[in-house]
Amino acid sequence: MNLFVFCLRVLPLLVILIGVDSSQALEAPKDTRQSSYYLMTLENRAMQDDSNLNPAAFWVMDGHSLWKEKIGNKNVSCASCHGDSGQKMAGVATQFPKMQKGKLQTLEGQINQCRTSRQEAPALAYESKELLALTTFVATQSKGLPIAVEETPQNKKDLQQGHQFFNTRMGQLNLSCAQCHQDRAGLKLGGSLIPQGHPTAYPIYRIEWQTMGSLQRRLRNCMSGVRAKQFEYGSQEMAQLELFLMWRARGMPLETPGVRP
Amino acid sequence: MSKTSRTGITMPAQAKKGTIIEIRAIAQHDMETGYRYTEDGKRIPRDIIQLFTCQYNGEEVFRSDFYPGTGANPLIIFTTEAVASGTLVFKWVGDGGYEAVNQAQITVS
Repeated sequence: MNLFVFCLRVLPLLVILIGVDSSQALEAPKDTRQSSYYLMTLENRAMQDDSNLNPAAFWVMDGHSLWKEKIGNKNVSCASCHGDSGQKMAGVATQFPKMQKGKLQTLEGQINQCRTSRQEAPALAYESKELLALTTFVATQSKGLPIAVEETPQNKKDLQQGHQFFNTRMGQLNLSCAQCHQDRAGLKLGGSLIPQGHPTAYPIYRIEWQTMGSLQRRLRNCMSGVRAKQFEYGSQEMAQLELFLMWRARGMPLETPGVRP
Repeated sequence: MSKTSRTGITMPAQAKKGTIIEIRAIAQHDMETGYRYTEDGKRIPRDIIQLFTCQYNGEEVFRSDFYPGTGANPLIIFTTEAVASGTLVFKWVGDGGYEAVNQAQITVS
C-alpha cells in the first residue's frame, strides 16, 4: 500500500475511531446498578408501592406502637428521646452499618444497644417480630433517601473484610457472592433472574417467606444455598458483609418497606 | 396469633348508585398451616383464618372460606354494587378464638 492510499483510507478511519473514543470519555460513566425492584412483575411492584397492598405496612404500624411503649427499668420509650412520630429518624437507616464506640453496629444491633443501655430492657432476638417491626419502622423513615455509607478511616478495615467475604468462595458449591451477583447478574439461575444484590429495601416482606425478614436472613439464605456454614445472626462477619453491600449500593435510594417475590 | 390483629380496607368513600365498586380487605395473620414442625420436631398447631364476610347495611354481600393453603396476611379483592349509602362491616374469624372486625362508610348518590 502506498502512502497516499494509506492516508486516504486508514487515517480517516483512525480519526473516526479516536473521535468516538474521546466523546465516550467525556461522558460520565453510566451507573449500571439496579435495584431488584425492577426485576419484579408489575403486580409485585404495585404491592410494594401501594401501602394498602403492602403487607409490610402492618410491621410499620406494629413498630410505631413499640416505638411509643415505655419499657425496661428506666420506663422510657424510644419516643421519649427520639420523638413520637419517628420522623427524626429520617436518614438514620441510610448510614448503617456504622462504627459506634469502636464497634461496627447494624441497625438491628443499634436498636438493641439502645434497649439494653438506655431503656435497660432485654435485647430483642434477631428475626423476632418485635425487632423486625422496630427496624422496619425506623428504616421506613428514610424511604427515598440515598444510601449514605462511605468509607471512613474508622470503618476501612471492616469494609475491606466485607469486600473479601463478598469475593470469597464458600460452601460445597464453592461459590462467592460476586460470582453470581456481580459476574452473572442479569443471567438466570433456574427460572429466576439473578439480581445485583443491592440491599436497598430491607427489611423486606418476602412472599416466599410469607413474612418480613432482615438482610441477614437473606444472606443466610444464599449461604445455605451454596451449602456453606452460615454466618451467625448479629455476628461481626454479618455486619462487615452488610457494610460492604451498603457501601456498594451507596447513592441508591432506600425503598423500605420493600416487597420481594 | 393473638385473638385479633390489624386489618385494612380500601374502597371508595363515594359512588354513583348502580356502579360496581372494588373493595380490598387485608388482614395481618400468620396463616400457620398445621403441617410445619419446629426444629426439635414438634408440630406447630394449625392457626388460620377460616371465614371472611362482608355485610353491606346488614346484608351479606361476600363470603369466603380460607384454607391452610391460603397465604399469610391474606388480601381479598372483590366487587359489589353500590346500592345505598351506609356501612360495610368486614369480619374475619379463625382458629383459637381469632376475630377481627373493620368497617367503612360509603355515600351513594
